[in-house]
Amino acid sequence: MEKRELTCIGCPMGCMLTVILENGEVTEVTGNTCQKGDIYARKEVVNPTRIVTSTVKVTGGEKERVSVKTASDIPKDKIFEVMKAIDAASISAPVNIGDTVIKDVAGTGVDVIATKNIS
Amino acid sequence: MYDVIVIGAGVTGSAVARELSRYDISTCVLEKCEDVCEGTSKANSAIVHAGFDAAEGTLMAKLNVRGNEMMDELSRDLDIPFKRNGSMVVCIHKEALDGLKELYDRGIKNGVKGLKILSREEALEMEPNLSENVQGALYAPTGGIICPFELNIAMAENAFENGVDFKFNTEVKDIKKGEDDLWHLQTNSGEYTARYVVNAAGVYADMIHNMVSGNKIKITPRRGDYCLLDKQVGGHVSHTIFPQPTNLGKGVLVSPTVHGNLIVGPTAIDIDDKEGTNTTADGIDDLISKAGNHIRNLPIRNVITSFAGLRAHEDHHDFIIGEVSDAPCFIDCAGIESPGLTASPAIGEMVGNLLKEKMALKEKENYKATRKGIVKTEGLSIQERNELIKKNPAYGNIVCRCEMITEGEIIEAIHRPLGAKSLDGIKRRTRAGMGRCQGGFCTPRTMEILSRELGIPYEEITKCGGESVIVPTRTKEGSGNGAASLEGTRGEVTGA
Amino acid sequence: MKNYDIVIVGGGPAGLAAAVSAKKAGCDSILILERDTELGGILNQCIHNGFGLHTFKEELTGPEYAYRFIKQVLDLGIEYKLGTMVMDIAPDKTVTAMNREDGMFTIPAKAVILAMGCRERPRGALNIPGYRPAGIFSAGTAQRLVNTEGYMPGKEVVILGSGDIGLIMARRMTLEGAKVKCVAELMPYSGGLKRNIVQCLDDYGIPLKLSHTVVDIEGKEHVTAVTIAEVGPDRKPIPGTEERYICDTLLLSCGLIPENELSRSAGVEMNPVTSGPIVNESLETNIPGVFACGNVLHVHDLVDYVSEEAGRAGENAAKYVKAAGDSSEQGAAEAGAAQGVDTASAGKPGASQVITLVATDGARYTVPSTINVDRMSDLLTVRFRVGDVYKNSFVSVYFDDERVMHNQKRIMSPGEMEQIILRKSQLSERPQLKTITVKIENE
Repeated sequence: MEKRELTCIGCPMGCMLTVILENGEVTEVTGNTCQKGDIYARKEVVNPTRIVTSTVKVTGGEKERVSVKTASDIPKDKIFEVMKAIDAASISAPVNIGDTVIKDVAGTGVDVIATKNIS
Repeated sequence: MYDVIVIGAGVTGSAVARELSRYDISTCVLEKCEDVCEGTSKANSAIVHAGFDAAEGTLMAKLNVRGNEMMDELSRDLDIPFKRNGSMVVCIHKEALDGLKELYDRGIKNGVKGLKILSREEALEMEPNLSENVQGALYAPTGGIICPFELNIAMAENAFENGVDFKFNTEVKDIKKGEDDLWHLQTNSGEYTARYVVNAAGVYADMIHNMVSGNKIKITPRRGDYCLLDKQVGGHVSHTIFPQPTNLGKGVLVSPTVHGNLIVGPTAIDIDDKEGTNTTADGIDDLISKAGNHIRNLPIRNVITSFAGLRAHEDHHDFIIGEVSDAPCFIDCAGIESPGLTASPAIGEMVGNLLKEKMALKEKENYKATRKGIVKTEGLSIQERNELIKKNPAYGNIVCRCEMITEGEIIEAIHRPLGAKSLDGIKRRTRAGMGRCQGGFCTPRTMEILSRELGIPYEEITKCGGESVIVPTRTKEGSGNGAASLEGTRGEVTGA
Repeated sequence: MKNYDIVIVGGGPAGLAAAVSAKKAGCDSILILERDTELGGILNQCIHNGFGLHTFKEELTGPEYAYRFIKQVLDLGIEYKLGTMVMDIAPDKTVTAMNREDGMFTIPAKAVILAMGCRERPRGALNIPGYRPAGIFSAGTAQRLVNTEGYMPGKEVVILGSGDIGLIMARRMTLEGAKVKCVAELMPYSGGLKRNIVQCLDDYGIPLKLSHTVVDIEGKEHVTAVTIAEVGPDRKPIPGTEERYICDTLLLSCGLIPENELSRSAGVEMNPVTSGPIVNESLETNIPGVFACGNVLHVHDLVDYVSEEAGRAGENAAKYVKAAGDSSEQGAAEAGAAQGVDTASAGKPGASQVITLVATDGARYTVPSTINVDRMSDLLTVRFRVGDVYKNSFVSVYFDDERVMHNQKRIMSPGEMEQIILRKSQLSERPQLKTITVKIENE
């Protein structure tokens, strides 16, 4: 049996959640005031994911950095691997919102895409 | 070799340099900081005192009154803002009313013109936001307000334009009289020699003096905390309002500034550290509580910044100006505390006259007493603005939105004689970054202009020289945490 | 210079949304004046995600959200000027502005929409003692330097203030290679969203120190250390609780102040609680034809609400212009006056019903402050903030002395904007109604 403590992000209450896991499966969520907390806790302990946002070097553009994001969530424990790839990347202008900057970043199957137009 | 070296580019050193620039000699100012106006001159009450405070017969009294008299012409010649808004010393205890009379008598003896003792009603009539407890006031119509930065910068620029050299980031470490009968000044950037030395080193004037004299002096940095309030409340009082003085100084004043803010301060705390310009919570609390004694509803929540300055307090509480008795050809300007800003032109004049006589100086033919300041776009008519913008579109681009300072003014500040090299240099020359957002908005933009105009990378731009870089590195240049986590030093994601 | 019916001061989220809806409401003569070199305002530097869940039902980054509106402005052919600073708004709605190309110019606008946004509270306004070296930034300035310009203020960071910008910057600085040592918060609760506390601080092991403040800044040229201390209920530091952090950067995220200098000089009346204009149901200020929306009106936490509010301001401005145009020159002035908040005439027979909103007992303010029932839409959202954290308390609404709404909320906090919705029918069936009071009650 494994026990994890989390803070719910569903609302400003910030309920302190306790999650009980048996063999990697959630058996119990306590401390939540509403259903949101239960759903959040089950996802967060088994498969926590995040969208990563940062900037990437631009060459030949009116700006020297373009803002980017992972096109969808990536596993939370991959954040710094993704950042490493983002730090090393560069793209030449023009850049449009949605342009792929890095394909399949850090083996996550998720692309890093531009979130701003740079001419 | 210089005929005269002036140590310090504060308001005293710059005033002396300007006076000396009238004459046909070589003069150099050595300044340990990266710009003029970096010490006491930049952090004070910005007041032109009338001259009723100092004891009769002191140099302080004499030079205060003289400096005050000189200010109208000087501000015109140097194109700097100065306003005689008048000052009031407010009495809030009936039993202290005699003190006003004493001040009045002293002022008369010192030669202060127009002094008048006001009744409670007269005082309130002139200044409706005085405390309910006001019993009477001493009114001095010659009291004024000035921009200390601009006074200092203008005098230095004018000296420079008249041929005075300025060496910045140059700190005097030792001074010896050589066998050649010249002063040899050791600095962090080599040796300088001169026939005469003027010590205008502010809070360091004792250290400089003590390098050459057996008669030691001691300068105690007396820290004063200030609060500067938003222009929105700049009209809370129209005169400079002093409490009655104590033996620690003139007390906490409340005054409009020449740029329309309200200034409250200073405290008076003797410290050891000559660079100890840190404010303290106690100091600011003390300030706020004291200022409230004389002013009704002081809008202290409109504070936009607080800062501290150091007065160069000498034990005998008078200016020490003149040739050092056991060090011929070495001139002290020491103990220049309040009213030093007011007195500075008079100190310059006094030292100038002293050296003129000693060195038998001859006036130059081409001395130019006037200097034109940076164009001040604020207050220009639409037509005037548009003429300026037509000539240079940079005057149409507002960079500092609080003080409404244009790119044109900032570029001018950079390329002037003794131009700005840092954010603070820009701020003191143009006021960009001095407004209510305190540079929050214009800092990146001003850095861009500095970088472009000086041809230096962003990463080398400083707040005020030395170690004060603003943004030391770029993102994505090997500093990221992605790279760091590779080395296993950082980047641990905690939790699940 | 060309004349325009509506001049919008500011091309950030509020200005853009106002322009789009004014255009859609039939006004073809609109000019946006933006001081920056691009449209989008602060969103351009908010490169994190989490924008637009309400408006677009998807999670966008700031620049993406801004572009949704910029695109509409472009597609609708709405005119705008960049690098243009509004220098003055006269009470007669003459707007004076300036830029490099046009110089200084005036536009006699029929309606003006104030959408200038807000600025950050600087260190000076917080009276934080210590030195004044390089390395102290407001969080938003640092955000611009890092996200837009690509420069790092430092490597070791302490953040004062747990507003959302401070939290977001804690994560941004960490991802870009800095070590964020702690986030100190003066209040016993954070002003930021829970989600940001978890995903910006907890994820990276950054401690949040509630009831703490900065009591000393060291470093004569550059920040070398910052000392924080715990504060008591009076928010004053408790001696003996000091902790010193070696760092090179101090970020301040200590509140936002609506930028109303132009509004004030135009004669717009201010609400001292919001530091924004006092507005009626149409988001119109005391000056007929001058509207306000977004963070210049009151500081929002969600851009979606800014867009919605600004949309209403734009629509009402278009209506105002149309009403003025429908009348003769003489009539235009009257139409304008009729649109204004005219409480004096409220009691007169035949005058329109004007109701005053009052926030009390924990509710700090309401936007709007008055409602002219004739002019309100069928449903009117009234937004407000509470002054403290309330758990299991009630939002109560009183029509004069009668309680008409009593909704229990599990939690309310100063960091999150609250709202109630009023129906026109509710109000118009009470012609004698003078005051609507919003308060927080325990039971």
